[in-house]
Amino acid sequence: MAVLEIRDLHVSVETDQGSKPILRGVDLTIRKGETHAIMGPNGSGKSTLAYTIAGHPKYTVNSGSITLDGQDVLAMTVDERARAGLFLAMQYPVEIPGVTVTNFLRTAKTAIDGEAPPIRHWIKDVKSSMKNLRMDSTFAERNVNEGFSGGEKKRHEILQLELLKPTFAVLDETDSGLDVDALKIVSEGVNRAKENTNLGVLLITHYTRILRYIKPDFVHVFVDGRIAEEGGPELADRLEDEGYDRFLVGEATA
Amino acid sequence: MTISAPEATTTKLENTGQLGYKKHTDGGWGLVPIQTRSERFASTNVEDFPAVTGREAVWKLTPIDRVADLIDGQLDGGEYAIDATLVNDVDVSWVDRTDARIGTAGTPEERASANAWTQFDKALAITVSGEEPKTVRVRRSELGTSPRAAHVLLEAKPFSTGLVILANAGQARLTENVEIIVGEGANLTVVTVQQWDDDAAHLASHFTTVGRDARVKHVVVTLGGSVVRVNPSTHLNAQGGEVEALGLYFADAGQHLEQQVYVDHDAPHTRSRVTYKGALQGEGARTVWIGDVLIRQSATGTDSYEQNRNLVLTDGTRADSVPNLEIETGDIAGAGHASATGRFDDEQLFYLQARGITEEEARRLVVRGFLTEIVQQIGDAELQERLEIAIEEELNGTNLSTDGR
Ligand SMILES: Nc1ncnc2c1ncn2[C@@H]1O[C@H](COP(=O)(O)OP(=O)(O)OP(=O)(O)O)[C@@H](O)[C@H]1O
Ligand SMILES: [Mg+2]
Repeated sequence: MAVLEIRDLHVSVETDQGSKPILRGVDLTIRKGETHAIMGPNGSGKSTLAYTIAGHPKYTVNSGSITLDGQDVLAMTVDERARAGLFLAMQYPVEIPGVTVTNFLRTAKTAIDGEAPPIRHWIKDVKSSMKNLRMDSTFAERNVNEGFSGGEKKRHEILQLELLKPTFAVLDETDSGLDVDALKIVSEGVNRAKENTNLGVLLITHYTRILRYIKPDFVHVFVDGRIAEEGGPELADRLEDEGYDRFLVGEATA
Repeated sequence: MTISAPEATTTKLENTGQLGYKKHTDGGWGLVPIQTRSERFASTNVEDFPAVTGREAVWKLTPIDRVADLIDGQLDGGEYAIDATLVNDVDVSWVDRTDARIGTAGTPEERASANAWTQFDKALAITVSGEEPKTVRVRRSELGTSPRAAHVLLEAKPFSTGLVILANAGQARLTENVEIIVGEGANLTVVTVQQWDDDAAHLASHFTTVGRDARVKHVVVTLGGSVVRVNPSTHLNAQGGEVEALGLYFADAGQHLEQQVYVDHDAPHTRSRVTYKGALQGEGARTVWIGDVLIRQSATGTDSYEQNRNLVLTDGTRADSVPNLEIETGDIAGAGHASATGRFDDEQLFYLQARGITEEEARRLVVRGFLTEIVQQIGDAELQERLEIAIEEELNGTNLSTDGR
């Protein structure tokens, strides 16, 4: 059973003013097939955790570890992590001018699998996944994320999730900026991936509404760079009612 | 009223480790240009130009010592071997200096151009007629190593449609003028491709005049040559005329690739779009882009935008990018310019790598994508494919994963 383990993770970001500590001792264990929701206020470090797992060069790990089935993730390059089975659906996917979605998807799939996908099969897979996500077939010939609306970018992230078939996916605010219909479509995509590949999910969100469609097994409340409270799905309901204020009190008086 | 925004971004990236793009947008309103572009001296006689010092606006970024023979020297102005496809409604032939069309599209504004004009014997005339779309390829690859003058006349008869590809390869020490006469309502695409040998030198001035409601797409692709300078100027002197000026260049170690692009809006409702993109790699790779746009008082309702983007792939290169916009009328539909020179966008690389793509392959994808935007707009599948391969070969000459970062 595949497992992603994060132990006492301390991370800082390089800024013009110097190094700024953001994550202050994160502990988290995700097994294949499990869905963990991470909820927390703006600026609490959720994206930092996501980027650190994926290996963004802007973030420096000062101490702690991330392992995937005992393998040292922090020693891997960004692309090695992806090939090891980690996937990050980005909060703000970037545009790649002149690179079509078709070309991008095929290149990524080839890189992840170590060989080019059988062409007929692949075209069929791409088409049906796009259809499931209600993406018009013209997207295939457009440049990656160029001129995509916020919702289209998020669908494109989930399209990649479905096609690349990672072991663990970190979804960084995939719900933000989506209307109800799009939220359902995107959630269905995640649920399909869970069903088809027994995906482990780290679902980062600010709001509880996506949790109506993607059921978490565990909920972690993220405050000020660490997990402040953990529980089952019922914790999300409490957050819905009470907000994050309860967790921020200590900070305000500190 | 003269409003102008002359601004220059000169970016020299030498082991600076600088990341991201240097952005440049409007902001210099109210600055007075040293000399407005329209007042530049012009003559077809080389003797009318003083000796070149290297301080002139048109020469100050060019390595004049590497092209001295073309600026001052004796030139062979006779016929040379060409390889042209035979196409219906396109005539390719040699004409005398006395051809009535010569001199109708423009006049030299610098000494190398005037030197070619003074010394050419025969002009190569390409005349396009007929409304059916057609493609004509004219290839020069046997120009040799002695200094040469050339004159090319390219005429699109009124309401004709055509795509003309001027392909240049092999050795050359060439200074030339290319006159492009686009008749009323015509739709012409001109693509000049420079894939010269490593030690070739080529200075070209293109003069385009655009008839009423005519449209010209002008594309400059420069990949090979030691010093290559192609300066296309377009005179939009009839109502409704339109130019799309595109450029793509890829400079390797020691190469100097330059283009001075000039669009003169001189009639109402004219439109221009200028987009030049370049990549630089290797010690001493050097590119220059100067983009002058003049919107005259006569050019009401003009719509104009020019941009230059450079992608720096390694240390030791230098890209100059100088957009200038002069506006003499308040009544325009739009005018803008942009210039950016930078290294790889780290966020783009991260995104691709996060999908399992290696850093080196990610860099290739980004560069290819960056330049493809221009290639895709040429409109000739065969040439596009050939250029994609040529760009690939350029990229294979670099080790993109070890650019000192
Ligand atoms: N490059 C950076 N420079 C300066 N500060 C940064 C940088 N990146 C992140 N930070 C800071 O680190 C903190 C955590 O940011 P992070 O993006 O991880 O928060 P988040 O929980 O994802 O917030 P949100 O809910 O708004 O997405 C914030 O205070 C943020 O301003
Ligand atoms: Mg965030």
